Amino acid sequence: MSKKIRSNPIGIKLNRRTFLKGAAAGLAAAALPIQAAEAFSWETFLQKHFKEMTDEEIKRVIERLEKEASLEWRKEIHISAAKAKPGVKFGYGLDLSRCIGCRKCVSACVRENNQSRTPQVHWISVLRFKKGEKWIDLENSEKYYNPKLVPEEGHFYMPVQCQQCENPPCVKACPTQATWKEPDGIVVIDYNWCIGCRYCMAACPYGARQFNWAKPNIPQNEVNPETHYLGNRPRDKGVVEKCTFCIQRTRAGKYPACVEACPVGARKFGNLLDPKSEIRYLIENKRVFRLKEDLNTEPKFYYFFTGWQV
Amino acid sequence: MVDAIKVFLKSLIRLPKGGMVFYAWVAFLLVLIGFGLSVYAKQLDRGLIITAMRNQVSWGFYIANFTFLVGVAAAAVLLVIPAYLYQFKPIKEIVLFGEMIAITAVTMCILFIMVDLGQPLRILHILPKPIGMMNFPASLLAWDVIVLSGYLLINSLLVLYTLYRLSVGKEYKLSLVLPLILLSIPWAISIHTVTAFLYNGLSARPFWNASILAPRFLASAFCSGPALMLIILQLMRKFSKVEIDNKAIFKISELIAYTMGINLFLLGAEIFKEFYSGGIHKAPLEYLYFGLHGKNLLTPWMWASLIANITAFIIFLIPKTRENFVTLNIGAVLIFIGVYIEKGLGLIIPGFIPDSLGEIYEYWPTNTESIITIGIWAVGALLYTLMVKFAIPIYTGELMAENRAAAQKAK
Repeated sequence: MSKKIRSNPIGIKLNRRTFLKGAAAGLAAAALPIQAAEAFSWETFLQKHFKEMTDEEIKRVIERLEKEASLEWRKEIHISAAKAKPGVKFGYGLDLSRCIGCRKCVSACVRENNQSRTPQVHWISVLRFKKGEKWIDLENSEKYYNPKLVPEEGHFYMPVQCQQCENPPCVKACPTQATWKEPDGIVVIDYNWCIGCRYCMAACPYGARQFNWAKPNIPQNEVNPETHYLGNRPRDKGVVEKCTFCIQRTRAGKYPACVEACPVGARKFGNLLDPKSEIRYLIENKRVFRLKEDLNTEPKFYYFFTGWQV
Repeated sequence: MVDAIKVFLKSLIRLPKGGMVFYAWVAFLLVLIGFGLSVYAKQLDRGLIITAMRNQVSWGFYIANFTFLVGVAAAAVLLVIPAYLYQFKPIKEIVLFGEMIAITAVTMCILFIMVDLGQPLRILHILPKPIGMMNFPASLLAWDVIVLSGYLLINSLLVLYTLYRLSVGKEYKLSLVLPLILLSIPWAISIHTVTAFLYNGLSARPFWNASILAPRFLASAFCSGPALMLIILQLMRKFSKVEIDNKAIFKISELIAYTMGINLFLLGAEIFKEFYSGGIHKAPLEYLYFGLHGKNLLTPWMWASLIANITAFIIFLIPKTRENFVTLNIGAVLIFIGVYIEKGLGLIIPGFIPDSLGEIYEYWPTNTESIITIGIWAVGALLYTLMVKFAIPIYTGELMAENRAAAQKAK
């Protein structure tokens, strides 16, 4: 038995010393790809802040990033740098009386935005509360509920994601201006400028910001190749990320992935500056509230109740 | 000037020469630094996932140590005030070694920030344009970078100037250094204030967002820094030719009695406000001292810290015990431990518990974090040892005398 284990598949007999040598060489070779993948490049090191680059420079940087990402993920990846449209300020509405806590929005978001699967990164947290209990301080919420069927008797749900504050504490906190509010109201991050200090995470009152504690891991066939520089392009470890209202979709005139995925139509989205938009209608006609309004962060994320129960 | 350079060079050449104790100490520190470096290499490769920090508790042991050490850097200013301004002789002689503690502590602060970064190579992004994009004046972290590097610079200049004057056998000219000294006092207070404001300014974190935070910060800093000084001064007296007057040591311990008294009072004020009014913002304090929803990882440590601080306060309050070296040293060690817990994990972690969505994630550092932390403390110890060893022969006038003798011979 022991002899069988020791003989190698090619049938060459090895003495202990050769085996050790081989093992050492093998280990060294195994270590190489890690180094190659993380090789230092002056181009990356010297890359400027997104807002400091000219359109020409952005084009060149994106070409390089696309090449790198395509090589890494073995498929063609496109990175857009589409700008905010004038006259647009995005706003979001969430109907708490409709939400059934199914978390389809979470999984749609993860797939659309290339979030790491291991370790898991979620931009949306759905909180479950017991009806009739104090809930507004969130302390009695349960994030890791796991029933066979939703909605559960006696419970209601509240999804939380980046509230896209008009007065964002995270932007104020960032020491390197790696995060800022775009003209269409979306708070974005330059993943190539973020130093990973996580001060923004301490500053955010909504737990919206997620850190890449390890290198993001996504199954190759699930990588979404249609990306935006400030949104869902593949990230490196050691940087912060967050919901961008699916900037790659919304700037192209589409709904965010979570809005499309919601099976009960609890999620609404639109242009706050357009008086005829759905979001304006519900702000003007429903009873809306925003999370932690006492902090004066002025979220553009409105919770409301239609009274219509699932 | 030439004389001074000669003396400096001589001291530098003698730096690696020493007895068995010195070599053993340096070798010990180098081993610890080596361990720290190798574990840090692993952290760089795999990411901060090998720490216990997560999205719920996004800062941990590294930032806790950083915060504590900003406090230790205060030691210098507490000695500077009586030394330079009131010409209190016994302390004036040792102020040099206090300033060196400040240099060491700030260096360690920078290292703790570096190991906490997800992308340490991008650190230059924090500088002003055109190199970086410093978010000044909006970000308190940008302020912290400015005050900490300024403090490092001021103290380095003061130490260099003092050593220069000593190497030519003269007292320093007060008229020359006075502006720098006058600047260094508010500056030292500013590094604490700004670091406190860094946490204080976040309305998302009710535990930090209390106006008492900055004053408590200062009070506890003015305990832990001098407590460390007390121990180091006695060690120096034992292992070198430097003479340190008992008067200086007793004066420092008297100061600790006042600052610890204020520290405990401020803590009491905070506990009263939170628990008596009983709003939801008492949750982090409740977590610290009693546990929250059955989670109480830090509770025994917080009580240990409180008991250590109260005991030390009594020791330093009573003249008999603060002027007895056995009890004095017990008191100094107790304060160091007490403040290390209170102002380290006891300050950072409750900022995140419960987290902003009400979740409780209990944090305790992993071995990775502990080994890297020990490594940085070893770097600090090594830096301080070498600085003191460099300064002592200049300080005692030993080298100057040799230099003069040699010069006379040449004539």
